Amino acid sequence: MAHTPSLVAADGTPLYHLAEEPHHPEGSSTMLGFWIYLMSDCLIFAMLFATYGVLGTSYAGGPGPRDLFDLPLVAVNTSMLLFSSITYGFAMLSMADGKVRGTQGWLAITGVFGLAFLGIELYEFSHLIHEGAGPQRSAFLSSFFTLVGTHGLHVTFGLIWLVTLMVQVARRGLIPANRRRLMCLSLFWHFLDVIWIGVFTFVYLMGMLR
Amino acid sequence: MSADLHDHDAAHGEEPHGSRRGYWIGFLLSVVLTAIPFWLVMTNPLSTQATALVIMAFAVVQIIVHMIFFLHMNGRVEGGWSMMALLFTVVIVVIALSGSLWVMYHMNANMMPAQDMSQMG
Amino acid sequence: MGPATMTPSPLSVSPIFGRLSLESLPLHEPIVVATFAGVAFGGAVVLGLLTYFKLWRYLWTEWFTTVDHKRIGIMYIILGLVMLLRGFADALMMRLQQAMAFGGSEGYLNAHHYDQIFTAHGVIMIFFVAMPLVTGLMNYVVPLQIGARDVSFPFLNNFSFWMTTAGAAIVMMSLFVGEFAQTGWLAMPPLSGISYSPGPGVDYYIWALQIAGVGTLLSGVNLIATIVKMRAPGMSMMKLPIFTWTSLCTNILIVAAFPVLTAVLGLLSLDRYAGTAFFTNTLGGNPMMYVNLIWIWGHPEVYILILPAFGIFSEVTSTFSGKRLFGYTSMVYATVVITLLAYLVWLHHFFTMGSGASVNSFFGITTMVISIPTGAKIFNWLFTMYRGRIRFELPMMWTIAFMITFVIGGMTGVLLAVPPADFVLHNSLFLVAHFHNVIIGGVLFGLFAGINYWFPKAFGFTLDRFWGTVSFWFWVVGFYVAFMPLYVLGLMGVTRRLRTIDDPSLQIWFVIAGIGALLIACGIGAMLVQFFVSIRNRERLRDVTGDPWDGRTLEWATSSPPPAYNFAFTPVIHDGDAWADMKKRGYARPVDGFRAIHMPSNTGTGVILSALSVAFSVGMIWYIWWLAGLSFVAILAVAIGHTFNYRRDFHIPVDEVVATEAARTRLLAAGA
Repeated sequence: MAHTPSLVAADGTPLYHLAEEPHHPEGSSTMLGFWIYLMSDCLIFAMLFATYGVLGTSYAGGPGPRDLFDLPLVAVNTSMLLFSSITYGFAMLSMADGKVRGTQGWLAITGVFGLAFLGIELYEFSHLIHEGAGPQRSAFLSSFFTLVGTHGLHVTFGLIWLVTLMVQVARRGLIPANRRRLMCLSLFWHFLDVIWIGVFTFVYLMGMLR
Repeated sequence: MSADLHDHDAAHGEEPHGSRRGYWIGFLLSVVLTAIPFWLVMTNPLSTQATALVIMAFAVVQIIVHMIFFLHMNGRVEGGWSMMALLFTVVIVVIALSGSLWVMYHMNANMMPAQDMSQMG
Repeated sequence: MGPATMTPSPLSVSPIFGRLSLESLPLHEPIVVATFAGVAFGGAVVLGLLTYFKLWRYLWTEWFTTVDHKRIGIMYIILGLVMLLRGFADALMMRLQQAMAFGGSEGYLNAHHYDQIFTAHGVIMIFFVAMPLVTGLMNYVVPLQIGARDVSFPFLNNFSFWMTTAGAAIVMMSLFVGEFAQTGWLAMPPLSGISYSPGPGVDYYIWALQIAGVGTLLSGVNLIATIVKMRAPGMSMMKLPIFTWTSLCTNILIVAAFPVLTAVLGLLSLDRYAGTAFFTNTLGGNPMMYVNLIWIWGHPEVYILILPAFGIFSEVTSTFSGKRLFGYTSMVYATVVITLLAYLVWLHHFFTMGSGASVNSFFGITTMVISIPTGAKIFNWLFTMYRGRIRFELPMMWTIAFMITFVIGGMTGVLLAVPPADFVLHNSLFLVAHFHNVIIGGVLFGLFAGINYWFPKAFGFTLDRFWGTVSFWFWVVGFYVAFMPLYVLGLMGVTRRLRTIDDPSLQIWFVIAGIGALLIACGIGAMLVQFFVSIRNRERLRDVTGDPWDGRTLEWATSSPPPAYNFAFTPVIHDGDAWADMKKRGYARPVDGFRAIHMPSNTGTGVILSALSVAFSVGMIWYIWWLAGLSFVAILAVAIGHTFNYRRDFHIPVDEVVATEAARTRLLAAGA
């Protein structure tokens, strides 16, 4: 951390202003600001979980979790996201070492895992809709599609952001601004995996237990 | 190694980042904490209630694992403000979630029409 | 699906215009046509004058694209005051209707129109008057109070302002094209669902709030980061000015509450656009869940409105009593406790929905508990005044009016917190009187105190005292005349939102309330005169010291108005009430040694993104899918494109700083 400026002059009299500018380096608020934003995003998901909790047993005479969920497929999906988390971690390690090629490589692999996750999820959704279990069928399905779909939308935006950052790193290298952005995306990406833990536990696994 | 990392951070003014070892530990723990719940639900060796409690506990633990090893959350990040923000959010989430479930359970019990077969769908 | 007679027939959808057609123009409503004529004429005059005086370039470079928190704060306040006129017009129309419509008379407003008016009145007053005024004051004052040059994220600040303005524009658009929601300000389903409200009204409501909500949420993140990270050295948390403390807690509430609104309006949108079953009567939906979720947002929202006002009262009371605030520590704790408890009371808004005795009792008790820290604050203000040398300037007058008025409103709130009492009074005019009592007496009086208090800082001259006093008395007397009858009517059983009333013996109360509304209208008029007269007489009202009230906090250390960079040197803090401390210890303002100052650059991206958001909303509201799709893509493209610009700052050259500070030195010497 930067030095805390002294509050008194050399002769002990109180200082009322700094002669040197305090070190508020550019972007010093970014990580905290982004973390606070993530907390607000967490609340959106919490409300979607609450809605699922309240409406998740309202099958309206239609199919329920046991009729619809394909646990092995969900397990594969979960591992795609988990792999993408560790590969992003490796990207951050490369970034800390200042290696552009390594960072870009691991980011690309993260993107591939993310796309795989989305692909499997889209397949699952289209299969459900095809079977007549779309989001309009019942409150249970409305809340299922919205909760899982909102998570998927976040992953989609994360991937767009990832590609944008790869372009920006390719053009300007690992300058401080790009590092900050990569760290924000890191928080975002891991946070999405945290939300997914909630999803696979409370939606898929608990759903099968009902 | 960690001393180097801190100097390295101080020089860059960066947030603490993990080590390769940290990410692997987090990853392996997450794999285990995911595999066991899936296995429990797919093979059903325990009672439903026990399974539910176990998988919920594992979810909480895995979230903490993610927080520590992937998100590098600790009480020193941003002078403790990140932790405070997280704790406040957790409190609000718990209140809003449990409050909603409690309230709606009572609302449903008192106010929703009785379910009979002719009302389905 | 819907009730036989009430549902208007769905509009036909064309690929180019969606469901927009000539029939969407309310040409058959003479009041709306007249309003449009007035607005169009007034708008043309304003635009014409701007063009004639060649002010567009100035407005664009100095105001619309600014990232300076002071200018953004002023723009927020202007937005709030303009929307106050619209929201109050709705109030006058309602009062007139309710005073007339007795004994079989239909009044002058049909149900379709009246229902839009009370909905718009609530939406506008909360989201586009109170929130912008509060946000504007916090934006202006907080960076100055903590000794910073700007907020943490200056571009986001500009973007937040324009998103709020975009939301206001969408609401205003609904007046002239299509219709607004007729559901009340919270748009409860099933009434707000697609089968009972198939028209564009509820969609206007949803998109206006979602767009403005983005702005508000980002503003919350911004101010929290600013207060945590950008404080001057020596300003520990317990040396923060009390207004900054309340701003911090307000913004924490914003970040923790607005996502709930985003989620629940999103679910309502899905019901309306995608046929989901969240809040429907069939297929397992549960409209009560909407009520639950919207009030989880709604209760913290009212604390978001009142906490900044409490902060203003603390600053004003201490300044105009010439004393340090009594019980600073307990004030901070009370504010934090209110912030936490705000999340534990929400069910008191729907005691009557049927959750039963155990749930109702819990929330009734928490609601009564939350009045305690507020009561502690009142005592602290009184103790601050005790043995002080009180100066009855306008901010102090508003503060005293607040203390009396808000306490009455608070007491009726505690009464409503008792579930059995609420079963009688829920959704009666008693409730309407209660919340207007606390919002007008608390929030609005606080904002007026704050505007009068900080106006000289922002513009370099005080507001005219005579017209301010006229405005004050009309407002205060008008408020009591307008709302005390409503308490009586509520206790007698009159429901809210009635268009016609059967019992002629009640008419006198409504007429009195109508007179009260006219008195308030005079108060608003006097306030506008106050602004006009003050600007006209600004040389006579000029303050050259930067500290017209003998203030106690850092914003009074700067010139009025402050330079773009706020402080030539970052101040160092030794005590709370930093400026009072500096004055007491004989602080000498530095007159040399200045450096170049690093500042963020202006940008037009916020304006463009917000305009595209309006286009997107219009597309969604009117089912013009190509417009919605194109503008969404454009928003993404512009936002991503903006991130490719890494050069977003510049330096104010040292010569300019030297010249600015020298000018101030001369001014201070001349005034001494």
